[in-house]
Amino acid sequence: MGLKEKVLTKSMFVFHLSSGSCNNCDIELLDCLTPRYDLERFGVVLVGSIRHADALLCTGSANRQCMPRIKKIYEQMPKPGFVIAWGACGSSRGLFKDSYNTTEPLDEIIPVDVYIPGCPPKPEAILAGIKKLIDRINSKSKE
Amino acid sequence: MTYMAKALEYAFLYLIFPGFLFSSAMGLLIGWIDRKVTARIQWRVGPPWYQNFIDVLKLLLYKETLVPEGVSKTFFLGMPAVAMASATLVSTIILVINAIPQKGFIGDLIVLVYLLAMPSIALMLGAFASQNPLASLGASREMKLMLSYELPFILSLVVPIMKSGYSIRLGDILIKQANNGSLIGSPSGAISFFVMLLCIQAKLGFVPFDISEAETEIMAGAYIEYSGKALGIFKLAKAIMTFAVPIFLITLYFGGIKFSPVGFIKTILQFILILVLMIVIKNTNPRVRIDQALKFFWGPVALLAVLSVALAYLGY
Repeated sequence: MGLKEKVLTKSMFVFHLSSGSCNNCDIELLDCLTPRYDLERFGVVLVGSIRHADALLCTGSANRQCMPRIKKIYEQMPKPGFVIAWGACGSSRGLFKDSYNTTEPLDEIIPVDVYIPGCPPKPEAILAGIKKLIDRINSKSKE
Repeated sequence: MTYMAKALEYAFLYLIFPGFLFSSAMGLLIGWIDRKVTARIQWRVGPPWYQNFIDVLKLLLYKETLVPEGVSKTFFLGMPAVAMASATLVSTIILVINAIPQKGFIGDLIVLVYLLAMPSIALMLGAFASQNPLASLGASREMKLMLSYELPFILSLVVPIMKSGYSIRLGDILIKQANNGSLIGSPSGAISFFVMLLCIQAKLGFVPFDISEAETEIMAGAYIEYSGKALGIFKLAKAIMTFAVPIFLITLYFGGIKFSPVGFIKTILQFILILVLMIVIKNTNPRVRIDQALKFFWGPVALLAVLSVALAYLGY
């Protein structure tokens, strides 16, 4: 593991984007920062601006209103940047699969690196998802 | 040839020790102490000690630097460099004068006051240059905050000047304290130190006064459009300031850095005392509004500063 991978995996600034979620996933995200789970141990910090972010964390079903905005925000992120699809809706549109308002899942709008399933995902699932993202960054750099 | 040697000496002082390299390493370490103590207060574990080094390395080496469309590149990317250059100069001047009190020049205290204001001004100009509405909101808040804390800051700075026989050389203040005991022991010095502690809280943008970068309401405010190297340099400048400003306070009120073994441990303890006081203030207070900050600094804090100046005038 070189310096680049170490630096990218140990210091993840996360920007949280809610593309029409029911707020459950957003509340679970805040649980990860509480004393019980404390994601700051691994260098994960929530940032306010997409320009500071390394990872775009997308909750919700990516409805038609949000689609162009998701694209725009993805383009505003400085690269290398990663995308995390959060929850059942973020990963696969969940129970809104047949809705007129969600015509495309998130991973057909922007490239998604990691899926964290669950409705909402438990904090343990989130920790496992971050481990998946670290493995993904390491394997990407080997290619 | 002597000019050459002189230039090399100054370059070494400015760039390596005690300038850029040393101060930024110390500043990042202090940033970790801040995060760790905050985490322990909130009953969390907190990040490992190298966390801030990794954050800055990532921003400086591996992230893309984006410049918004239609923005003056020189201004937008030049301002972080201005902030870092002046922060480095502050820490170099303070540390060199602490080691060799005769090395200062007449009026170096005034120069330091201006240099300490430079990082905030650079941040303001950079934010206005970025043309983002939230950034200009943050910059205008920063400007109002500066107007409010500079008054008590300069008023309380008058006390060390009066106590050292109206000298505006940092070296004279140090020598006077070495002969007569440190300033914190006198009533006027203690009050003025307390005022100064509140002012540097605002100067460093720590929590009750982090109005200009409130990430929950105006999304990092003045920093919003900065990314990659520019953001990393701003972070380094802030780290250097968090190292240099407590040292400035130690120089003014505790008689400077002592270089004997016992004295050096004492200095470190004083530094940690100031730092932990700032962190505790930071963690036990919610963010104030800009008008509350102005009222606070121009009301009770400025009155306290005037009181300390009056006490110093009467000789207490």
